[in-house]
Amino acid sequence: MTANAVPMSQWPSDYAYTIPVAGDQDVVTVTIDDKVVQAPRGELLIKVAQRHGTYIPRFCYHERMKPVGMCRMCLVEVDGMRGLQISCATPVTDGMVVRTESAAVKQAQDGVLEFLLINHPLDCPVCDRGGECPLQDQTLAFGPGESRYVEEKRHFEKPIPISDLVLLDRERCIQCGRCTRFAAEVAGDALIDFGGRGEETEVITYPGQPFTSYFSGNVVQICPVGALTARPYRFKARPWDLEAAETSCQSCAVGCRGAVESTTNRVVRLLGVDSEPVNQGWLCDKGRYGYEWIHADTRVAAPMVRTGTSRMTEVSWPEALDAAAAALRRVHDEHGPSAIAVLGGADGTNEDAYVWARLAKGVLGTDNVDAQLADGLPAEVVLGMPRATIADLDRAKAIVVLGVDTREVLPILHLRLRQAAVDRGVPLVDVATRDTQLTRHATAVLRHDPGAPADAVEKLVAALGGEKPRTKALDALADATAGRSGPVVVVLGRPSVAEPAAPTVHAAALLAGVADVRFLSALGRANVHGALDLGLAPGFLPGRVDLESGRAHVGEVWGVVPDAVGLDATGILRAAAAGQVRALVLLGADPLVDFPDRALARDALEKVERVVCVGAFPSDGVEHADVVLPPTVWAEHHGSTTNIEGRVQRLARIVTAEGSTMEAWRIAAEVAVRLGHDFDLESVEEVQDEIARVAPAFAGVDALLLRRARDGVVVPLADHVDELTLGAAPPGAGVSWEPIPPQPAEADNGAVATPVATPAPAVALHRWSGVAPAPAAAPADAYSLRLVAAATLYGADRVVVASPSLARLAEDAARLFVNPRDLESLGVADGDRVRVTSSRATVELPIAADRATPRGTAFVASNLAGAGAADLIDIDAPATDLRVETLTERER
Amino acid sequence: MPAEETRIVTEFLRSRPDDSWTFEAARKHNKAYSMLEKALAMERAQIVEEVTTSGLRGRGGAGFGAGQKWSFLPKDVFPRYLAVNADEGEPATFKDHMLIECDPHQIIEGAAITAYAIEAHYAFIYIRGEFALGAERLQQAVDDAYANGYLGKNILKSGFDLDVIVHRGAGCYIAGDETGLLSSLEGERAMPRIKPPFPAAQGLYAAPTVVNNVETLSTIPHIIRKGGKWYSELGVNKSTGTRVFSVSGMVERPGNYEVELGMSFRDLIEGLAGGIRGGKKMGFFIPGGASAPWLMPEHLDEPLDMDRASELKTMLGSGAIMVFDETVDPLLVSWRLAKFFAHESCGKCTPCREGSGWIEKVLYRMANGLGRPDDLDLLLDFGQNIVPGLNAPFAQTTICALGPSTMSHVVSLDRWFGDAIRERLQRDTDRRTRLEVRSA
Repeated sequence: MTANAVPMSQWPSDYAYTIPVAGDQDVVTVTIDDKVVQAPRGELLIKVAQRHGTYIPRFCYHERMKPVGMCRMCLVEVDGMRGLQISCATPVTDGMVVRTESAAVKQAQDGVLEFLLINHPLDCPVCDRGGECPLQDQTLAFGPGESRYVEEKRHFEKPIPISDLVLLDRERCIQCGRCTRFAAEVAGDALIDFGGRGEETEVITYPGQPFTSYFSGNVVQICPVGALTARPYRFKARPWDLEAAETSCQSCAVGCRGAVESTTNRVVRLLGVDSEPVNQGWLCDKGRYGYEWIHADTRVAAPMVRTGTSRMTEVSWPEALDAAAAALRRVHDEHGPSAIAVLGGADGTNEDAYVWARLAKGVLGTDNVDAQLADGLPAEVVLGMPRATIADLDRAKAIVVLGVDTREVLPILHLRLRQAAVDRGVPLVDVATRDTQLTRHATAVLRHDPGAPADAVEKLVAALGGEKPRTKALDALADATAGRSGPVVVVLGRPSVAEPAAPTVHAAALLAGVADVRFLSALGRANVHGALDLGLAPGFLPGRVDLESGRAHVGEVWGVVPDAVGLDATGILRAAAAGQVRALVLLGADPLVDFPDRALARDALEKVERVVCVGAFPSDGVEHADVVLPPTVWAEHHGSTTNIEGRVQRLARIVTAEGSTMEAWRIAAEVAVRLGHDFDLESVEEVQDEIARVAPAFAGVDALLLRRARDGVVVPLADHVDELTLGAAPPGAGVSWEPIPPQPAEADNGAVATPVATPAPAVALHRWSGVAPAPAAAPADAYSLRLVAAATLYGADRVVVASPSLARLAEDAARLFVNPRDLESLGVADGDRVRVTSSRATVELPIAADRATPRGTAFVASNLAGAGAADLIDIDAPATDLRVETLTERER
Repeated sequence: MPAEETRIVTEFLRSRPDDSWTFEAARKHNKAYSMLEKALAMERAQIVEEVTTSGLRGRGGAGFGAGQKWSFLPKDVFPRYLAVNADEGEPATFKDHMLIECDPHQIIEGAAITAYAIEAHYAFIYIRGEFALGAERLQQAVDDAYANGYLGKNILKSGFDLDVIVHRGAGCYIAGDETGLLSSLEGERAMPRIKPPFPAAQGLYAAPTVVNNVETLSTIPHIIRKGGKWYSELGVNKSTGTRVFSVSGMVERPGNYEVELGMSFRDLIEGLAGGIRGGKKMGFFIPGGASAPWLMPEHLDEPLDMDRASELKTMLGSGAIMVFDETVDPLLVSWRLAKFFAHESCGKCTPCREGSGWIEKVLYRMANGLGRPDDLDLLLDFGQNIVPGLNAPFAQTTICALGPSTMSHVVSLDRWFGDAIRERLQRDTDRRTRLEVRSA
């Protein structure tokens, strides 16, 4: 590919500026310090040099942001060009001769560092960044030995909070603009900027508007000095005391790569690691700071059994496992396999999911297993739809975001979508009931009534097929997609738990008819895809095969496979409420918290006879349990997980487990032994190897390959073998502040030489038929507001609730968002408490005006604590309509 | 022969000091917009050709050929914009101030002709925020021009559309840099941008943009009237035509003087401006605004010629001549200039942001008897990190020319007063040491 222009940042400016590149060869020859190297034309000099072992110092330049050329640290000499050139904004051209170590360059580097240090406090011994500070490192490597500055340094009040999480020390700031550019250009939350002039230049927030970005932690990571610090890590550790391991974040299903760091057996930090196909170095704040819960006081530290009606007693593991096995055996023997059900499992590892699926389906013989709690999409669709990878977004013909606010559910996917639309010009279609953060970047915006996307999607399908549907939005889309190649990527999620999944499935079925369409699932739970892939779904066996087609292959190892398709979460709870399901295994899920219909969940839990809970927190269903088997959690165990695109990535263990806990997969194996089945699985690696053998979609993805593949493996491997990168990452790659690397080893460590075996799946994988009947429309009532209920990022899940830093951010109660004009016609003011009545219940909620919500609809975050969506929703109703009444003076 | 002004752009405003800014007067007595009419009947290339022939160089400071600047616009890339730099902020420069307040129609006419020549349909006049009266008169002039069909749709039935937007700055020196001005026009903080891309390729809103100074544009109607050749015959060498010089400081008659280039500094300072006030002798003078290196009395017979100024290692810059008599302490002048640049550095590039403040602090102690013997050499040494080589024309490690400006007066100090200052610093140090010894 030949670039005629390189994107650049002309910060401050919102417009797309580029650096022109002369010449026409695709590959150019450049001489850097007498070393002749080849590079693609138009690549930035600083990058070419680094790849070939010459590190040019820099502060403002960041690999994942456009160059801006502010800090002047990366000056080099280029023959034939007047003066020194900034290598971060100089594209290589053929025949370029560059000197990075000449006397003039050395003097300029000395000079810039001397200037940076005149006002920078030398408080390294008490600075959080000391020891991993680019300014410190580069001063040592490139700077002068001492300062000639004898005057008073600049002084500011410090530190000042710029948000609930981030604090700013303006004295340490070297004004590189990384944070401000990240906020404006990457996150799209331009809430920080520079104020003041000259040496009084400072990073500021706007009055009354703190830096409340979901991505604020990234600015702390990319700050080249200790100017930005975050509350959770502040003064917790010295960098040289930290142990680090690369892992995947598990606060949502994107699975961002990160380096988890610990000291004295406590996790103290998670840093983003740059994985091109996944997160490109960024993390959201929930992921970055959602580690505190690991060490929360509320965690269940030892197994417990219920003795008497309300008392839980701590017992030893053998006793607890015996109790669990006995309870399950009794129900199984008395009422048959279908009286047992397993709910949850979407927060564990693939190994946990697999062994639990084997226990449930291969030992207990029940197919009443569901990792989703009626808040996602049918497994049949998720497992069988044609899949896109995250990287497909970059080269898509068009992107359709169907119904889901990605920023609330999958924040880093939101950044990738934003990047595709804003920086890469990929046409984006926003199909939803209300505005999201992507709406302003959309080429076409299609609004529809809650639960009725079909009309809008039909028109969209016609437009994507090249027809001119003669609406302004779709004409714009047709124009934008004309001449573009690549797949159409549909980001498919559940728009609202106040309506069934059927309308969304129907819309997906319509879109399935578009040429070269691929779907990217937008389900939120961390490892929901791994859980579904490995059999924690009714009707499926591990490896994306249904009961029938997989029976023979899986049965070979398992022995038994359920006869008939079982119940999904709603069915399980209904059956429990009806007394048919008598034993419930909760794998880190509490129906009262996670299920959209709280009344049904309450009925079910009251009726069910035995509850075995594999949960680390009270919110995991511990209070309903007869037996509690506390599992290890993220950062305490090895394993692998699967993200939204089907990428299997490894997790790292960095701390020893709290209290007396056990890996969830081992719990399942231990219970199985007590039920007479020895799985003979002793380690995570053995489980991984068994998965590779048994689960058809995981063919070839064994422990060895997972260890070698740098960015994980997308399953099925046979389709994605070209995307594999084997071997260790180059030194310094990843952690975004680029420590000065040693000379990179030119040759790989030999791992590449070994070919990767890519066996085809032993059984044809499940394919979704793409047929879904149109659901009957729920008639709208002119006096009601139709409810839309979807998750918000800082909800009441354990990652937020049990992490003190994040818990502060979660609002204490749900609010009912309605259009300001509806608010007016209701005769209530913004912030008033109102009485909200559905067919299910009446609750009192504060009401809030929200322009993003169209007239006739109301929005409630589905995952906030307190009265809210789950009380109002009837899972059997085709829609949830609300009556809103004002409270009388006395009621207020 | 006594020195005389050659009035072209200031002719009309000098002739009618009471109402030259009004539409009626400009139409009636100056045939305002008649040259726009003429230009609209010309081929675009012909206008560019005339301006190129005239040798007119930018009057903002850099002195780049105006016609040449226009011809850099990439072909067939639209929309294009014209930005008029009316953010006259260089200390001691007040020529644009006068042109804006007293003859706004001349500017609008020049801008309209230029916009036509470069095929731009929007012209943004970025006026310095402090020019309240100027902004008021300019806006009135724009409104009058719209009302009379010289701006807007289908100007004079030529089919050419032009909208002129008067935008007031918020008070910032660096908005006078052309890319800083564009950032500010976009609604952002005024910070210069890296070049390339140059504004001609990607300027305002990333579209091809020409940025011209007020005086440059005021000259355009006259070139259209009398032809590029006529203009090129005025002046000297490659410095053609006339320029308005703002003479200030310790002279008898400070003010704006429009003279033919090539006149000597002596004729301008001693002839037109009446020489040094109070019969004193000249100490030194700054020939081109605060950013220009200084000259000494022995240079008074040098001509006002941009290329000759470069040979003298200075520049005519914005055309502001600051004259200081023999009683002025050059260190104090230097410190005051340093204070200005330290205050106005936008903060984008490290060397300027940090260096300008450091220079100011060192000069402060030097000027106030607290200097150390090697302070001047310290300045010259770390100043090399802003201006490598310290040799005019200045190289720079910064994006814009504010970086070198912070050092130009320091270089002048060393060049003209170096030995005296070093002696003085030594004397100050010795005196302080004696005081310390005595008090010990």
